[in-house]
Amino acid sequence: MVRVLISVPKRVKRGEAFDVKLLISHPMESGQRRDAMGEAIPRDIINSFVCTYNDDEVLRADLFPAIAANPFLSFAVTAEQSGTLTMTFIDDHGVVQTETASVTVE
Amino acid sequence: MMRRRFLVLTGSGLIVPLAPMHPARATPVQVAALIAELVGDATLRDERVKLDLPVMVENGNSVGMTVSVDAALGDVRSIDVFAEGNPLPHVLRVRFGPRAGAPRIATRIRLATSQTVTAVAKLADGSCWRDRVDLLVTLAACID
Repeated sequence: MVRVLISVPKRVKRGEAFDVKLLISHPMESGQRRDAMGEAIPRDIINSFVCTYNDDEVLRADLFPAIAANPFLSFAVTAEQSGTLTMTFIDDHGVVQTETASVTVE
Repeated sequence: MMRRRFLVLTGSGLIVPLAPMHPARATPVQVAALIAELVGDATLRDERVKLDLPVMVENGNSVGMTVSVDAALGDVRSIDVFAEGNPLPHVLRVRFGPRAGAPRIATRIRLATSQTVTAVAKLADGSCWRDRVDLLVTLAACID
């Protein structure tokens, strides 16, 4: 489990786009670096990210080693009814982590 | 004069072998091939996509980037970003679903050197659009 910060407005207007920001605490080791002994440091990144709202997809992203450490993502979502925003990401070890945030539509 | 010319020639000869000591890097040709594969038979035009990156980058380890497309949301099939001076040129691929609020994504990327970054958007009608930014990187992302 890694630490994740999510910024979502608590209340949003129906059908109006709102911004979601997310910061994942992860080294995103690119696999291009070498340690002090000259050994290659193995790649360890979050390679895939999916965001859904009440089971409808918002977006999915493939991340490559060129994404900076502690990846930050920001995107827009629209909601017609109150529900849950679910964000899932997978790292190079196959570990799946899911974070949720609830949104109230008024 | 002969001796001076000899010194000049040997002097320049010493400098040449030092030149190819750059770290592994993608090339514009590789990126062009990746984009050609993505675009297929469609033509690639320079409009509708906005790639927002600083022109002067102080620290290549973390560069804020926003890509947006001037199109209806349902029309945007994918956004891809390529950095031709990075060891691995592909940076990001995004596909939008029905609940997305706008065809836009912001993140932070690594840049290994001063280079051209290209964003390509593919629309549902098959048309492809791009934007490019030439930027200068003062401190490169660490690759060694």
